[in-house]
Amino acid sequence: MAKTIEEINEKIRQGKAVVVTAEEMIDIVREKGVEKAAKEVDVVTTGTFGMMCSSGIYFNIGHTKPRIKLGGGKVYLNNVPAYAGYAAVDIFLGATALPEDDPRNRYYPGKFPYGGAHVIEELVAGKDILLTATAYGTDCYPRKFLSAYININDLNEAVLFNVRNAYQNYNVAVNLSNRTIYTYLGMLKPNLGNANYCSAGQLSPLLNDPFYKTIGIGTRIFLGGGIGYIIWQGTQHDPSAIRGENGVPKRGAGTIAVIGDLKQMSPSWLKGASIIGYGVSLAVGIGVPIPILDEEIASYTSVKDEDIYAPIVDYSSSYPNREPEVIGEVSYKELRSGEIEILGKKVPTNPLSSYAKAREIANILKEWIKEGKFLLTKPSAPIPGPESGVRFKPFSGKELKEEVGSR
Amino acid sequence: MRTERVVLHFPKHLADKPVIVNLVRKFDLDFNILKATITPDEEGVMVLEITGEEENFQKGIQYLKELEIKIQPLSQDVIWNETRCTHCLYCVSYCPTKALQRDEETYLVKFDPQKCIACGICVDICPYKAMEIRLVV
Ligand code: SF4
Ligand code: SF4
Repeated sequence: MAKTIEEINEKIRQGKAVVVTAEEMIDIVREKGVEKAAKEVDVVTTGTFGMMCSSGIYFNIGHTKPRIKLGGGKVYLNNVPAYAGYAAVDIFLGATALPEDDPRNRYYPGKFPYGGAHVIEELVAGKDILLTATAYGTDCYPRKFLSAYININDLNEAVLFNVRNAYQNYNVAVNLSNRTIYTYLGMLKPNLGNANYCSAGQLSPLLNDPFYKTIGIGTRIFLGGGIGYIIWQGTQHDPSAIRGENGVPKRGAGTIAVIGDLKQMSPSWLKGASIIGYGVSLAVGIGVPIPILDEEIASYTSVKDEDIYAPIVDYSSSYPNREPEVIGEVSYKELRSGEIEILGKKVPTNPLSSYAKAREIANILKEWIKEGKFLLTKPSAPIPGPESGVRFKPFSGKELKEEVGSR
Repeated sequence: MRTERVVLHFPKHLADKPVIVNLVRKFDLDFNILKATITPDEEGVMVLEITGEEENFQKGIQYLKELEIKIQPLSQDVIWNETRCTHCLYCVSYCPTKALQRDEETYLVKFDPQKCIACGICVDICPYKAMEIRLVV
């Protein structure tokens, strides 16, 4: 017997909905079987907390007296360049932006102590942020300079807007070369010294709804400690990635774009990160509720770490050169054990996304729903699944001259 | 090449002289100021990381000594800032002494300062700056 979202929401309102986390659902399905689990459970909550570089915020500072038009000018927030190519007083700040005087990797490996993500964390924490701006001045917006402290409470809209978050699955990074390398998946010691991965596995949102049957445009979610929404598929969305028999992708695959009111969020769930030798990123906490509409969905949400496989990729050569080679596949159960075997060698594994925080998010969302504070949404439109034929294409621009960059 | 972390105690009359810059000018040494304070009796205390060729290094230290600057090697402690820690567990396998470990049930990180040798690896790699070097001067 299938359920509808309206029916589940009615139960939530009455405080009668049965809500469990994706971890708990594994045991429920094991003990009771899919059929019974689908009847009994109404919602499964998921969670993930990791670095998501394609994140950013936009906000409106209100009009100064006299007016200034930042559009076309230059804007810095705590010395970090922000994007001012909108109208007069709308500003966008990306998580990976760096101060112009940061030495980057000139002193290799660079430390990247402060960037856009740290500004975002401090703004959300209620700290004053120094805004410095220059503009060219017009008859209607005569002012040319602005230097002021701004605070999130004084802004008009302040919105987190992430164009790609919550990768469905991800690479396991290793280093086959004989020197240490520094990547966005962390420091990789030479000669298969370690293997780094970044996924909440069985707790991760899109791994619990592998074909995006319930997760779509308009889905209400936990975002950065507040409430947000999925607004599109994320950039690089790749539903056609290869999948196992259980439907679970074995490569990066799906992504989501998300949005939410920054003023509701908390620095506990939006944290600036400095990745040595690589740059700055923002760790984002996301939790997505999955309505258990039928047995098929119940079965998807019972996916276990041992059923989810990730590709092992060499980040010293294959990855930077965009070669397709995959050294092997490994399950999240093996990864989480702390050691895996690659090419006959025992290799320690390091997670980059926090399983403990993913668990905490799934539990917070569960409480919100049980308390009737958070109702589920029916997507207004789906995000493209495998049947759509949507693929993540490589770069195909016409390059003017051959430039093979290397560090 | 040699890199050392040292604590320098400047007498009052040197506090406003360009002593450190001379390490670069005269001896071709690189420096990184880790900490600088003036004590209430106006003595300057500076924690410095000095890098350079062995010979230059010795000459530089000699120069500082001649100026009556007291030099001590630096000892340091590593502290875990729990509020910045996300329990990602990324640091665990890099720690050479198992001072950082994973709790098998909760998947939270555990830090045992007794086992820590202050090698600084976790300080460099923790993305959230949850591991900090505290200088014991
Ligand atoms: S790497 Fe940093 S944030 Fe992650 S567990 Fe270690 S101390 Fe905590
Ligand atoms: S400083 Fe070195 S020994 Fe101490 S906790 Fe960090 S990695 Fe381990």
